[in-house]
Amino acid sequence: MMHTDTAPPGTEPVFHLEEEHHPEGSTLLGFWLYLMSDCLIFAVLFATYGVLGRNYAAGPSPKDLFDLPLVALNTAMLLFSSITYGFAMLAMDKGRQAATQGWLAVTGLFGLAFLGIELYEFSHLIHEGAGPQRSAFLSAFFTLVGTHGLHVTCGLIWLVVLMVQVGQRGLIPENQRRLMCLSMFWHFLDVIWIGVFTFVYLMGVLQ
Amino acid sequence: MSAETAHHGGAHAHGAHQDGASHGSFRGYVTGFVLSVILTAIPFWLVMARPLESALWTGIVIMALAVVQIVVHMIYFLHMNTKSEGGWTILALIFTVTLVAITLVGSLWVMHHLNTNMMPMSAHDARHAP
Repeated sequence: MMHTDTAPPGTEPVFHLEEEHHPEGSTLLGFWLYLMSDCLIFAVLFATYGVLGRNYAAGPSPKDLFDLPLVALNTAMLLFSSITYGFAMLAMDKGRQAATQGWLAVTGLFGLAFLGIELYEFSHLIHEGAGPQRSAFLSAFFTLVGTHGLHVTCGLIWLVVLMVQVGQRGLIPENQRRLMCLSMFWHFLDVIWIGVFTFVYLMGVLQ
Repeated sequence: MSAETAHHGGAHAHGAHQDGASHGSFRGYVTGFVLSVILTAIPFWLVMARPLESALWTGIVIMALAVVQIVVHMIYFLHMNTKSEGGWTILALIFTVTLVAITLVGSLWVMHHLNTNMMPMSAHDARHAP
């Protein structure tokens, strides 16, 4: 009995040796999926904060601790960094390398200002005795806001690395793709911050 | 036909050709920025100056403004639309939003009921709790 699934005699076997061309969109879609999974991490941290956010253990409440003008300043820093990154992308689209680098540097400075203000706030809280060990509310607060700050730190490191790469190789397609991924990451962090300042700071002071 | 080829060939000619629609425009970024500033200023003003007496209504309004601002960021900064990547980005987003909603609402709902059904604890007990 003959097997029928072998190639009929006389036909040449075909080997697919050439790689399919991957359009740049596949990287961006993959990065988008990463951002969505990152979003789930933040969702869990927000849920933790939502559950534990009123357990003060007879310690300080958000009203005693949070300094809204400082938070507003912080929010402004992140928002400014978002639009300056947008300007960097527009300069990249036009192929203007110096302008791109300039806007990226401005974005980095705003991001650094954001981190500086956040670290100042954290150290101030810890010196007041409102560190993460004080109560469930403060543990959840430091975890949520700290995770966001850690993301911003990673974004800043990535930004510096990309500035070096653009400086060495120019605005080649690979660097453009990387800058577009960082653009999504950076704007995503701003979206998360909207949730943080509304849900944690404003709702906390409102109670 | 030519528009179709230009769209699909965008990856090849990416360096030279610029497709402004996918990267956003100056006008788009500025619009998003101005809307974000307004949508950030209003909630801070509502909480710091308290023009609304009711804490409940202030809370509802600032949460609603946050949702609007997230949508603004998605459209003007992240350039979300139903067409990008053949609809896969929006599909992933809808899936994620569903999971986030289940996580948040589920956790808050369950734990709130658990809290309400716990033994009452006086301020004195809380202060001397281990």
